[in-house]
Amino acid sequence: MQTVLRTALSETELASRASFAPQARLEREERRVQTSGLPLNIRGLRKSFGDNEVLRGIDLHIPAGQFVAIVGKSGCGKSTLLRLIAGLEKIDAGSISFGDDVLPQDIRVMFQEPRLLPWARVLSNVEVGLGRDCASSDAHARAGKALAEVGLADKRDQWPSVLSGGQKQRVALARALVSRPRVLAFDEPLGALDALTRISMQRLLERVWRDQGFTAILVTHDVSEAVALADRVLVIDEGRIAHDVMVNTIRPRERGSAELARLEGSILSRLLSADDHT
Amino acid sequence: MSLVDRVFLPRKIRLPRVEGLVQWIVPLAIVVVWQVASVTGFVPVRVLPAPSDVALAGWKLLLSGELIRNIWVSFWRASIGFLIGGSIGFAFGLANGLSQLSAKLTDTTLQMVRNVPHLALIPLVILWFGIDESAKLFLVALGVFFPIYLNTLHGIRTVDPQLIEMGRIYGMTDGELFRRVIFPGALPSIFVGIRFALGIMWLTLIVAETIAASSGLGYMAMQAREFMLIDVVVLSILIYALLGKLADTASRVLERLMLSWHPAYWKR
Ligand SMILES: Nc1ncnc2c1ncn2[C@@H]1O[C@H](COP(=O)(O)OP(=O)(O)OP(=O)(O)O)[C@@H](O)[C@H]1O
Ligand SMILES: [Mg+2]
Repeated sequence: MQTVLRTALSETELASRASFAPQARLEREERRVQTSGLPLNIRGLRKSFGDNEVLRGIDLHIPAGQFVAIVGKSGCGKSTLLRLIAGLEKIDAGSISFGDDVLPQDIRVMFQEPRLLPWARVLSNVEVGLGRDCASSDAHARAGKALAEVGLADKRDQWPSVLSGGQKQRVALARALVSRPRVLAFDEPLGALDALTRISMQRLLERVWRDQGFTAILVTHDVSEAVALADRVLVIDEGRIAHDVMVNTIRPRERGSAELARLEGSILSRLLSADDHT
Repeated sequence: MSLVDRVFLPRKIRLPRVEGLVQWIVPLAIVVVWQVASVTGFVPVRVLPAPSDVALAGWKLLLSGELIRNIWVSFWRASIGFLIGGSIGFAFGLANGLSQLSAKLTDTTLQMVRNVPHLALIPLVILWFGIDESAKLFLVALGVFFPIYLNTLHGIRTVDPQLIEMGRIYGMTDGELFRRVIFPGALPSIFVGIRFALGIMWLTLIVAETIAASSGLGYMAMQAREFMLIDVVVLSILIYALLGKLADTASRVLERLMLSWHPAYWKR
């Protein structure tokens, strides 16, 4: 973990010099890919809103670079867990650590709504993702590259309102990716999309995750999406992790294969049986 | 559009011009009917002078320099009053939209003052300021204050909280958050306030100048009334309408420039 920390620091240092030294920038890009992905350790995590005890002791270790899907019935606290991980809510008890000092831009979140600034062109919306580096001289280039990664290079000068729902969500993905995050948390990012767009977006998510190697945490209510994308599926119930299922099928996965269907069925029945208890 | 486009695309240029003319058909028809009604004696000249008489009166006043001087005085009062009232309203709107403390401190008071019709203060204002410039500026500023204050406040309060959270997640400082998220988000509402305020600005000025002034369009109309110059009275009314329309157009153009991202402003 020491080496990771040092790279992270020298990264910022290099960033300030990037405009003078293209060589250094290349190096930095390479190192990013190598060191991407942070492990995640959650111990005894609790969170309540007033009398409503939402999370009642979550213990979880996620190795660096793993793709984890979180499922559970509505209101079980999936979003709350994600928001705690992203630092958007205060922890009541327990701890979340990333095995390393993290910079703010190392952890990014994507929501169901794209949350684009309607008054900024697509490219400047992506530049928002650079955070403090937003004003740096290579901001345009980096944002343009991130847009190209999600296949929207030709839309850079458009207003967000002319884009389709799927395209907006891809811009949001580019904005999350542009700072090369090491943990990327998704809160039902595809929930509002039609079936076909969903599938192409799932492919895109899987591709960027494989390319960049960040640790991915995907909250979804679609179990078939969970087994199609994730290495591991967590079922949350009654504020705890009720089931922890590994999906060991090799990638690229074949959609609708018997193995995935069987897995999906068993997770669904667990979700439903959890429903019966309450 | 470049010169080349003009040469090769004559129809595209001409079409919008024709469309632009369409809206003037009705006003023009009204003037024609009015003129005919006056000339034939259908409408007595003492009730409403013919448009040609009004135009003639305008021409005379223009030559004497009186018209320009009065328009200028009214325009000056309107803009200075608007600037003063508008900036104070904007400042309070910003402060109360951004700070809970400030809102708690002043919002209730302002809402109470808002319920007093500002024109009801005219007698008091005359007692305070006499009939000099500050009386008119005060009234205009007061009238303009509330629409700008209320709409700025509303605009800031209704900025999508999800966008604000997004800005925070991506590490925007308070200043950046204001500049890139809150202010642009509040702008459509602020423009609504400006349009309202422009209407109130003219209304206030007309009343104030009619009652207590020694120059300006309203004064010109009152003077004309005393000498039974009905053509000048009608002229003043028309000029008020024209100036109001001008202010509205200016704010629309500004709106369209600054809200070019908004789909509502893409097509007429
Ligand atoms: N800011 C908040 N204040 C009060 N209660 C909250 C807040 N956020 C969440 N809750 C409550 O916490 C519980 C869990 O909410 P959460 O949004 O995490 O559920 P979820 O699993 O994401 O549900 P869904 O699948 O419908 O998105 C709910 O009962 C909700 O009412
Ligand atoms: Mg949720």
